[in-house]
This record gives sequence, C-alpha cells and structure tokens, in this order.
Amino acid sequence: MTVRVQSEDFDVGAAYEEAVANSRSAGAVVTFVGRVRDFQSEEEHTRVESIFLEHYPSMTFQELEKIETEARTRWPIEECLIVHRYGELFPGDQIVLVITTSPHRKAAFESAQFLMDWLKTRAPFWKKERTPDGSRWVDAKESDDEAADRWSR
Amino acid sequence: MKLVYFAWLKERLGIDEEVVELPDSVLTVRDLLDWLSGRGPEFSEALEKRSVIRVAVDQEHQPHEASIRGAAEIAIFPPVTGG
Repeated sequence: MTVRVQSEDFDVGAAYEEAVANSRSAGAVVTFVGRVRDFQSEEEHTRVESIFLEHYPSMTFQELEKIETEARTRWPIEECLIVHRYGELFPGDQIVLVITTSPHRKAAFESAQFLMDWLKTRAPFWKKERTPDGSRWVDAKESDDEAADRWSR
Repeated sequence: MKLVYFAWLKERLGIDEEVVELPDSVLTVRDLLDWLSGRGPEFSEALEKRSVIRVAVDQEHQPHEASIRGAAEIAIFPPVTGG
C-alpha cells in the first residue's frame, strides 16, 4: 500500500515499475492519471489558466489510506498506489495517479475506478480555478456523487 | 476546541483556524453550526446552506447529527472537489 500527497510532479513509468516490482502474479495492471483540463466544463467553455488545489494536511493521507483499505476488502488487489498533488497546477499537469495490480483484469479495472470515485467524494481536496474572468472554487458535481454511490453496499 | 476552515468557507469567514470555548449545550455538529451562525452575519451567511456544509471531527467525515463530545479538532468545509 502506497499513498503519497505531494506538490511535486510524479513519473508514471517509475510508479508503474514500483507497483509491479515485487509481484510475479499480478497479471493485470491498471493505471489512471487525472490531469488539469484547459476548460471548465462541457457546457461552459471558459478557458482555465491554472488551478489551485488546497487540502487538509492532517486528514488527507489517512483518508486516502482508508479508501485504499476499503478497496482491498472488495477486490483481490496485490498492489495499490495513490499519488495526489496539491498547490498550483496548469493545464496538462498531472493531478492524481492511481495504479492497481491484480492477478486478473476485472479486479484491477474495477478497483481503480472505485478508488477514483471514492477519492473524488471523500479525499479532502478543493480546486480553485483561475480563468480570464477571475478565480472561483469548483462546485462538487452531482455526477461524482452518483459515481461514488453506485459502489455503496 | 480547534476549528479549521477550508476553501470558500475559509475565504468568506476570513479565518483559517481558531480556538473556541463552546457552551455545554453544543453537543452535535448541527449544534456547533447553529452556534457559529449566531456569531455574526459572515458566519450565518457562509453556513446558511447547510446541505453544502461538510464536517470532519478529528479528521473523520461525520454527518451533522454526529456527536462532537471530546473532539480536539473540527474541520468545516464545502463538498470536496479533488481528483
């Protein structure tokens, strides 16, 4: 289990090597990277110049660990790596990395999706977007709640 | 008890953290939000829409009906938007 919360960028290739290093039985590896978009939403094509990601340092790490622990109760995950950045980021920059490995692809795919869906609604991060019209805090999306809810049991 | 605020709540209140002495009648998250709202217009306006107020008690997400008894730190923030 590896969780990192950092301002600096991450190297996806190096993280992949790290995730598979000690396993010969992980037949499936799923890698998800979330990046900064240069527009706000499909409905609203305002250009995003940069985002600022604030977080709650004393809670973030343990919350991400909890999400990972929950994923492990649901799928036979061998390795799981979550990296989330904070601070000022620009379009095209990487924000978040999730890697899951498992003997078979179904568990790797599903657990990676689960981790992202839960992270989106539970990890204490907040985005503020800077646009040519000024800065504003991003509203939470109902679709994110729905995505997380489908894993409830 | 220490209170910490994040994102637009922090900006609208103009503070990121504070230490408060709560009256004995404040037992739950909801009581705390009601008590804070009574401190002035900036609090009552920022906390007016309760459905967008999230709370963590000692770094754990809690619903508004949760007890805050014995808590050291309570964080108040809008719905999270990371990832």
